[in-house]
Amino acid sequence: MELRHSNQWKKIARSSEFIMLMKRRRRFQIFSATFFVIYYFALPVLAGYTGLLNKKVFGAMNGIYLFALSQFFMAWIIAFIYVRHANQLDQTIEQMKKDLSKGALS
Amino acid sequence: MAFLFFAIIVLITLLITYWASRRTSTTADFYVAGKSISGWQNGIAIAGDYMSAASFLGIAGIIALNGFDGFMYSVGWLVAYLVVLIVVAEPLRNTGRYTLADMLAYRMSRKPVRAVAALSTITISTFYMIAQLVGAGGIIKLLLGLDYELSIIIIGVLMILYVVFGGMLATTWVQIIKAVLLMTGTLILSFLVLSKFHFSMVEMFNQVSEQYGQAFLEPGKLYKNPLDNISLGLALLAGTAGLPHILIRFYTVPTAREARKSVVWAMLIIGAFYIMTTFLGFGAALLVGQDKIILADQSGNMSAPLLAEALGGTYFLAFISAVAFATILAVVAGLVISAAGAFAHDFYANVLRNGKATESEQIRVARYGSVGVGIISIILALLCKNQNVAFLVALAFAVAASANLPVIIFSLFWKRFNTYGAVAGMLTGLLSSIILVIISPNVMGAGAIFPLKNPALLSVPLGFIGAILGTLLSKDTMSEESYTELYVRANTGIGMKD
Repeated sequence: MELRHSNQWKKIARSSEFIMLMKRRRRFQIFSATFFVIYYFALPVLAGYTGLLNKKVFGAMNGIYLFALSQFFMAWIIAFIYVRHANQLDQTIEQMKKDLSKGALS
Repeated sequence: MAFLFFAIIVLITLLITYWASRRTSTTADFYVAGKSISGWQNGIAIAGDYMSAASFLGIAGIIALNGFDGFMYSVGWLVAYLVVLIVVAEPLRNTGRYTLADMLAYRMSRKPVRAVAALSTITISTFYMIAQLVGAGGIIKLLLGLDYELSIIIIGVLMILYVVFGGMLATTWVQIIKAVLLMTGTLILSFLVLSKFHFSMVEMFNQVSEQYGQAFLEPGKLYKNPLDNISLGLALLAGTAGLPHILIRFYTVPTAREARKSVVWAMLIIGAFYIMTTFLGFGAALLVGQDKIILADQSGNMSAPLLAEALGGTYFLAFISAVAFATILAVVAGLVISAAGAFAHDFYANVLRNGKATESEQIRVARYGSVGVGIISIILALLCKNQNVAFLVALAFAVAASANLPVIIFSLFWKRFNTYGAVAGMLTGLLSSIILVIISPNVMGAGAIFPLKNPALLSVPLGFIGAILGTLLSKDTMSEESYTELYVRANTGIGMKD
């Protein structure tokens, strides 16, 4: 697939498939990044400025340790959701590539 | 005993290098293993590239001596991969061949952007490498009783051999072997520790609380100033996605989908590892005891090896020591190849030779570059003997976060962004990180002008501001016009070169 001319890139960028793809991708990126940045910085903020989570939960195991541990699971879960989302987008991209080679991109 | 394990690791890695050298003939082979690495292999290699001896020995030690604060330190090393996964990995794979500058070159004037990106990459890799080598010298001295100088020369020569002869293929397999060894060692250690507490974390925590007090399980022992911790957190979160030796790994896989898979594999391994640092750290505090740990080494670096000795005797100690050795080798090899790529591909081939260098000339320069980077790092590490250089790792992350990440993000998301913005952003981020560290407590001690140990909280915003001002104060229609091409390529992989 040779795409030397910038017109062709513009044509793809203006296609409804691509615009839809980017809308979904951006929405996911913005939502997930907002969530994990807040969740992540909540740890040093809560640990540094409050003693809120120092309460013991299981024996000597306290809230702050559990919250720190939960960060790992948070990261894994978001990664898992992202992969599912991205795999769906892959199908859209594959379709776009097919349409493009047939010259049928709208 | 430990010598035997060390010798086995050296032998195996050299055999791999020999095997890889026969499969390395083009520049693509050399820099990115001919894109032949699969997603899961790359994921394990990323983990091997990333988990340094500082993580394995250092964090276990920090937890053993400082309790909870050490674990809080571990969290950022994993969460940072969400930025890599969701923002950086796939667009980079879709738009680059060997280096970060390849992506920037789609829309920017090539020479200045490549020159500055190469400068930032080489700076980050060198800082990181000196920290690794100086630490390694000390660790091998503790484990084997070898001289500091001799240890550094052995490691330095091995890393140069891997890279010069085996290129990225050998580097990748050294990293994979290291990751497998490190995870095996850590799993066995964790299992043995938990077996002492009837496999109950609660029981372990109860005993920690009994012996060292509940405050040991609460934050505040290590980080007195919460802003320090927030700044470090920002450096890790934003810096990981700008580390050149991690970014180059995404070019070794054939597609964006494989790049995505590799981040997920890396996250599983890295996360499991950092969770287990709790068992290593608290296990060492309880089963070895802080007094004995401090006696062996002030900074606590010997916690994991001493724990291994207490639980599994001399053989296990020898094994864990060998794991630490392999850990060092894999990380420094990754750093050499990314620095050599920036020098030979960005600076030599594209800036000095205008992209007219022949294939054989490029690969020769890449090999000379690797030798040069290796020798300079060895000399610097020898000069830094007895210096506390741990802050250089924090500095490397801060430079990556402040110089590279703003430019990556703006290139992908901001149409108006241009050459001037990229150059201004990278230089502002690079210089502000370095200057802020020089006037910080790391270098100036108690009377420091800048109060935070890690500059990220100020230098990352400065990097973004530099990039914004550079863009708004200039006019560069070419960068704006070519945005569409980068935008489509990055997000779809359409038109990817093989």
